[in-house]
Amino acid sequence: MYYYLYIVAGLALAISVISSRDKTLKALKIAARRFVTILPAFLIMLILVSVVLFLVSDEVIANYLGSNNKFFAVLFASFFGSITLMPGFIAFPLSGILLKKGVLYMVLSAFTTTLMMVGVLTYPVEKEYFGVKVTIIRNVISFFIALAVAVMTGIFFGEIF
Amino acid sequence: MKRNSIIRIVIIASYVIFLAVSWTSGFNPGKEISHNFADFSVEMLKILPGAFILIGLFEVWVKRETVERHLGERAGIRGYIWAVLLAGTTVGGLYVAFPVAYSLHSKGAKLSVIFTYIGASAICRIPMTIFEASFMGIKFTAVRLLVSLPLVIVASILLGAYLTKRNYKIMAGK
Repeated sequence: MYYYLYIVAGLALAISVISSRDKTLKALKIAARRFVTILPAFLIMLILVSVVLFLVSDEVIANYLGSNNKFFAVLFASFFGSITLMPGFIAFPLSGILLKKGVLYMVLSAFTTTLMMVGVLTYPVEKEYFGVKVTIIRNVISFFIALAVAVMTGIFFGEIF
Repeated sequence: MKRNSIIRIVIIASYVIFLAVSWTSGFNPGKEISHNFADFSVEMLKILPGAFILIGLFEVWVKRETVERHLGERAGIRGYIWAVLLAGTTVGGLYVAFPVAYSLHSKGAKLSVIFTYIGASAICRIPMTIFEASFMGIKFTAVRLLVSLPLVIVASILLGAYLTKRNYKIMAGK
């Protein structure tokens, strides 16, 4: 999945070197400096991720998303989606399994959309770039967008009415 | 030393001590947490170097005027289209979108466009979307995209307008 990133980066780097060695060196210096500057924030994020994923295991998520009360299931789903972080290649197969177990589409929609859009765990990184206030506003807005998506999913799949 | 970095050092130090004690005493939750940490670090280290190399090249080669023309104040609707297309090809997730958005903004992309980019790179990265559709069905993915994308753009425009009015400045030097 990431190969094309390195194909693009490699090609861009090759073209850059051919065009100007000086500028390429400057670009790599900028890249290294920015990477190192943000690394501590990433480290904090990784620490949070490793602890939260231990506390909120797949079984815990499956348990709460399968709740009989639709309203609570959506709320739990958006809560867990917000406070965890998973790559798509883990989240969607998990959702696929839960779907087969009878979990509603709108619950899974709330889960995957908050997972993608709301980043409580990415907060240390986001605030370094955009500040605390903007980070909080963006995440709150994203949370409500995800709820809207879940409700619309529920309507389209006939799970609400 | 700033308070922020002291807190960080304390967190990192206690985490390292916790893992070290867990491994020497055979405390399983600690071991599991260290596996989580390793898995995610590897995952991110696969993506971040490539992303930052592209950011570096972008900073050096792309002219400010070009960014301003396509993503800046006078770009109009085109800016949002570019933001969504760029988001579609982004890999990783939010944590990659933040430095990219920061870089775009420092070259003249307007706030509403970079917030659209961040939101869109959460929800419509192409490889992820294909993957999602194969597990959840096309209808599920279509509803999600058609509902979330317009909301992301509208919310970004409102947030951008609000912050511009408040004279918001993104931190320099990251």
